[in-house]
Amino acid sequence: MDFTLSNEHKLFRKMYREFAENEVKPLAEEIDETERFPEETVKKMAKLGMMGIYFPKQYGGAGADALAYVMAVEELGKVCGTTAVILSAHTSLCCAPIFENGTEEQKMKYLPDLCSGKKLGAFGLTEPNAGTDASGQQTTAVLEGDNYILNGSKIFITNAGYADVFVIFAMTDKKLGNKGISAFIVERGFKGFSVGKHEKKMGIRGSSTAELVMEDCVVPKENLLGELNGGFKIAMKTLDGGRIGIAAQALGIGEGAVEEAIKYTKERVQFGKRLSQFQNTQFQLADMHTRMQAAQFLVYNAAMKKQNHEPYSMDAAMAKLFAAEAASDVTRRAVQLFGGYGYTREYPVERMMRDAKITEIYEGTSEVQRMVIASALGVK
Amino acid sequence: MKIIVCVKQVPDTSGKVAVNPDGTLNRASMAAIINPDDKNAVEAALTLKEETGAEVVIVSMGPPPAEGMLREILAMGADRAVLVSGREFGGSDTFATSQIIAAAINTIGVDKEDIILCGRQAIDGDTAQVGPQIAEKLGLPQVSYVAEIKKEGDSLICKRMLEDGYMTIKVKTPCLLTCIKELNTPRYMSVPGIVDCYSKPLEIFDFNKLKDDPLIELDTIGLKGSPTNIFKSFTPPQKGAGMMLEGADKETCQKLAGILAGKHII
Repeated sequence: MDFTLSNEHKLFRKMYREFAENEVKPLAEEIDETERFPEETVKKMAKLGMMGIYFPKQYGGAGADALAYVMAVEELGKVCGTTAVILSAHTSLCCAPIFENGTEEQKMKYLPDLCSGKKLGAFGLTEPNAGTDASGQQTTAVLEGDNYILNGSKIFITNAGYADVFVIFAMTDKKLGNKGISAFIVERGFKGFSVGKHEKKMGIRGSSTAELVMEDCVVPKENLLGELNGGFKIAMKTLDGGRIGIAAQALGIGEGAVEEAIKYTKERVQFGKRLSQFQNTQFQLADMHTRMQAAQFLVYNAAMKKQNHEPYSMDAAMAKLFAAEAASDVTRRAVQLFGGYGYTREYPVERMMRDAKITEIYEGTSEVQRMVIASALGVK
Repeated sequence: MKIIVCVKQVPDTSGKVAVNPDGTLNRASMAAIINPDDKNAVEAALTLKEETGAEVVIVSMGPPPAEGMLREILAMGADRAVLVSGREFGGSDTFATSQIIAAAINTIGVDKEDIILCGRQAIDGDTAQVGPQIAEKLGLPQVSYVAEIKKEGDSLICKRMLEDGYMTIKVKTPCLLTCIKELNTPRYMSVPGIVDCYSKPLEIFDFNKLKDDPLIELDTIGLKGSPTNIFKSFTPPQKGAGMMLEGADKETCQKLAGILAGKHII
């Protein structure tokens, strides 16, 4: 067992950190305040090959591995939760299911533009009545001639307002329940497809979260992703991978809060001493850092298992459960260490606390992660 | 066409500068970075590569760990790297260093269309001597303090930035330019660049590799071949905070004169 990073991974960390510090951090406050999607950052990430990090070069990817990808989400998350989730949703929820389930034609058609960042990806599973219970899909897809006709709506879709390619789930055979769900690759320009209401959120406010509306949406039958009625499996497998991305986002947010708290407590003087000289501060920061370090091991372990094609479903669930709860705890403690200043928007820790909360909810709530872990343990 | 870029790994002086008790720089306790002006030279080379398809070759002299820096530059997009490294080269001043690097460049080979780029100066020694000395030793025309480069046929149009203005110079290749930070903004490493950088060629030029070059004699390199020696280096004592007096009236002037007189300055 080797916990040391390879030379390449050290370079990835350095590159992402420089990029995050210089290009992402300066925008973080503004895009949160104005709820603005940072299109310019996506373009910059595209130029550096960050939109297809672990996909093979033959599909336009950068040819790196899953660890290099989670490190990117982590480093972005340290300075901006919004930017981290844009990359995570694009990569894990759109590029990955197409790469893992697509035909060669579908991969050649969609992946080069997605991996180069020319197009942005998104994923549509959640519906008003199918959240954690994703099997309750009400969107339908009916084959008519050479096309599937999709009807229904999806909610809370990350990247919705700016994505060009969507992986959408719909019922192709209602009688079969979750075994009657299929996945489709849907382009923004398809007839009958539109983006609906944009959500106003507590955190990750620069990310575009909106409703997708399909009204007799015409999807060519060759855009069926994977097998007919095999969509639920694709959704679950995609979410297993997506969880590693969100775990990395949570990890980054928590680590970012620890960095900010260390910096602040070394400067702030009360009762004639720096806050960092008080044992409470020292113990708090020691606990915060330890939690994030433990989260990092879980996240990197899940990423490496995915990379090595080992079963990783439980590892991804544990990584997300632990990293998300650690991020929420650590950011809350960071606000407390900052005191009144931490509660103001002059400092980034209140934003981090708001951003951290969603990681306990989306791509499977913490409760769902516990269900996945317990089920893998055979506890029934 | 080749663009050879000379780079140096330097201690990061933006943080705290650490000095050993004997007055030498404590490099081990400081982070090592690519010399900032050299990074501008790398960027200029990579931009020219995009325009012309030239090969970009990075040359650095230093101890073996400098390989890490060279891999970073390969990850930015350079094609291959040469690390000039050997015990015999240790302790070289700017004269000996330029002698060795010029020999390394001779070994790589300089063709008619080639360009050699250096940073203006390194942030550790601040001499700005190595680039111009390399040009002299290779018998190449040189343009220093370059803030703009345009390629026109077999020539380069360079804008030199001087303290009191600009100078535009047309120079035929092969030639050597020293670059300043106003030239460009260096790019980041890229993800595919990092994936590839450890499989790109990195050659070590040691003393044996260079010894047959006419520039290399044991008394022209290393400590022995260095006419200058560091006598002492130290961190300058911190200046106290200045005092500001505002106003252009007689009273302020009298106050100022009083303070200066009190300190026996006037």
